Amino acid sequence: MTAHAAAPSVGHAAPAQGGVGVYTQKVGMWVFLVSEVMFFTALIGSYIILRWGTGAQWPDPRTVLAIPITALNTFILICSSVSMVKAYAAATRDDQAGLKKWLLLTVLGGATFVSVQAYEYHHLIEKGFLPSSGVFGSAFYTMTGFHGFHVTCGVISMIWVTVRAFRGRYAGGNYRGVETIGLYWHFVDLVWIILFTIVYLI
Amino acid sequence: MTAHAEAVAHAAHDDRSFIRKYVFSTDHKTIGIQFLFLSLFFLLVGGLLAMGIRWQLGFPGQAMPLGGWLPQSVAPGGVVAPKTYNSLVTMHGTFMIFFAVMPLLVGVFANYLIPLKIGAPDMAFPRLNMWSFWLMIPSGGLMLASLFVLGGSSAAGWTVYAPLSATPDYSGVHLGQQLWCLSIVIFGLSSLLGSVNYITTVVNLRAPGMTWFRLPLSVWALFITAVLAILAVPILAGAVIMLLFDQTIGTHFFQPDVGGQPLMWQHLFWFFGHPEVYILILPAMGIASDIIANGARKPIFGYSSMVYAMIAIAFLGFVVWGHHMFQSGMNPTLASTFMVSTIVIAVPSAIKVFNWLGTLWRGNIHFTTPMLNALAFVSMFIIGGLSGIFMASTPVDMYIHGTYFIVAHIHYVLFGGSLFAVFAGIYFWYPKMFGRQMSERWGKVHFALTFVFYNLTFFPMHILGIGGEMRRIYDPTVYDFLRPLQPINVFITINAFLLGLSQLVFAANFIGSLFKGEKAERNPWRDTGLEWTTASPPPHGNFAETPHVYHGPYEYSVPGMDDDFLPVTTPPTGRAA
Repeated sequence: MTAHAAAPSVGHAAPAQGGVGVYTQKVGMWVFLVSEVMFFTALIGSYIILRWGTGAQWPDPRTVLAIPITALNTFILICSSVSMVKAYAAATRDDQAGLKKWLLLTVLGGATFVSVQAYEYHHLIEKGFLPSSGVFGSAFYTMTGFHGFHVTCGVISMIWVTVRAFRGRYAGGNYRGVETIGLYWHFVDLVWIILFTIVYLI
Repeated sequence: MTAHAEAVAHAAHDDRSFIRKYVFSTDHKTIGIQFLFLSLFFLLVGGLLAMGIRWQLGFPGQAMPLGGWLPQSVAPGGVVAPKTYNSLVTMHGTFMIFFAVMPLLVGVFANYLIPLKIGAPDMAFPRLNMWSFWLMIPSGGLMLASLFVLGGSSAAGWTVYAPLSATPDYSGVHLGQQLWCLSIVIFGLSSLLGSVNYITTVVNLRAPGMTWFRLPLSVWALFITAVLAILAVPILAGAVIMLLFDQTIGTHFFQPDVGGQPLMWQHLFWFFGHPEVYILILPAMGIASDIIANGARKPIFGYSSMVYAMIAIAFLGFVVWGHHMFQSGMNPTLASTFMVSTIVIAVPSAIKVFNWLGTLWRGNIHFTTPMLNALAFVSMFIIGGLSGIFMASTPVDMYIHGTYFIVAHIHYVLFGGSLFAVFAGIYFWYPKMFGRQMSERWGKVHFALTFVFYNLTFFPMHILGIGGEMRRIYDPTVYDFLRPLQPINVFITINAFLLGLSQLVFAANFIGSLFKGEKAERNPWRDTGLEWTTASPPPHGNFAETPHVYHGPYEYSVPGMDDDFLPVTTPPTGRAA
């Protein structure tokens, strides 16, 4: 009878039978991130081909982009990764106050990053640097734009996780949701470090 | 016990409202069947477009039957206009690859079979799975809508090579190409959600005892296919987004006049496109393996080599994309590398073919409709595979590149291969899906007609290709050197129409059997698989109790047993528990 009771509520990841010992949401997130890696590979690979593979005229990024403010922005995003780690650590200790605090800081870090990026776009567009400004403009806006879109999605999901944290959903050692969103957050952070290096610094 | 279990499961069934049960269902079986109806519809659309292509090639400049119903801008006086012809070719390829064959193989069979065959109650993420289907509606809808917008649909071929596709200046197509891009991006999302589900489900939700090397080859194939899709489809999404930006917000990725790289489109597209070829054939191989073992009443020959061969094909699939670009001005040294890696794929493919033949060897073969279609798959795949080796050799490809030879090749692997396996799979699992049998007699009629007309349609295309007829030609009769070949084109066109008409037999059998088919038992094919141990159709949640697996998937004709098959759930003592 108990087996029957379980049957209709399926799909909420019935206990892993013969799985790999990693819970289902985490496996799913890793698989999703693999595909995200491939998506950014398409964009970054195209950037490399367009910039170094063809001998096209390429402006010095320092003359177009504001490196210092973006460096600060990069620092903020890395800090939000640190606060994500702290949130996860708090969740594993069942430290609910710590979890809420660090999640809020992570949301704040991510939101700040997106806001500064919006400010940067506004500034660049006023200066006349547009997606149609040569191949550099095309690649710059497409790559940073898609990264910004990913951060925005991350912030929205993080707000949702934070609301759940305030409702006590991650109490009692149930920290899977925090860990899963954390994986995504670190991935987005890592992508930015690569983008910042090859688009702004080199 | 089982009757009781069914009663309980049936009660659970009724908990769901009509909408939750049949429309926005999270049940993998319902989603699989939704994919089945949707992709059969797109198969019909793609097939009708092909009829238009064939009419123009067989009878260029003559009014199409019913062509007078089309708008004058599309078909003046019922004659296919040159631009319309380009649209027909493009949209036929697009619909068939993205909206018919890929969802038929992956959307239908991965959704329907994976949880049932591994003993799981549902997918790992049922709600994402529902989204994967419902994203196909806007995706397919936009693609259909693009046929009717001002300026016509995309006309750059299904590979939408830049710069033809990147600026409307060249093709005159505006909105149609943008809708094409948007539709493919949404399609990519749908494929992503599906693939995440299939991989996670196979990794984590296998029933106790269902070890990796007890997975049926169909599940292995669908799993490897999902891995390919996870790695390849995002590349297409990235490339198509860049193409869309080129058309809409003025970027210059593929526009050579401002430093863009049209050739980069080919690299990106084929980096996706070649793994896509294996996305379209691996599930067919898996389905055929299951059905051939069942039909021959023998264990599959060389099970583990079948698995390793599929893994090898999947891996090699990522290092061969340049063989689509031998004519692009590629460095001949690089072309030689791609030639070698491509020809190496013949090795795992041949392993699979020999294993299928080994399975049939001295088997007790039952020529059921699914088995006939699976055998057609193997034989057509051999022909398509051999013509593939022609194309892979750079010196030969230089001559036959972009001719009807490649059209023959792709149809031998995609229709002769994938689509025969799809038919085999539909005939085989129809009783499980709908609880009724399709008519065997009409199934065999459909098979015979399809097999004959299919070969009469596509085999002569090899001859046209060697004769030099170009792949996307509007009117072959304007070239002196092609005029002697025109009778072959007429012959192909007549057979193509007959091939199309033969599918009416399938449609009638499919729809008729839904209502009037003979009631199916649990296990009409006397198969060993887990899906046959539950009711037809299986209840919500699939299994009343979590099944235990004790054997490999192909225990047919085990010596010393009364039955010629040993279900995977039978405990090793041989007696039912």
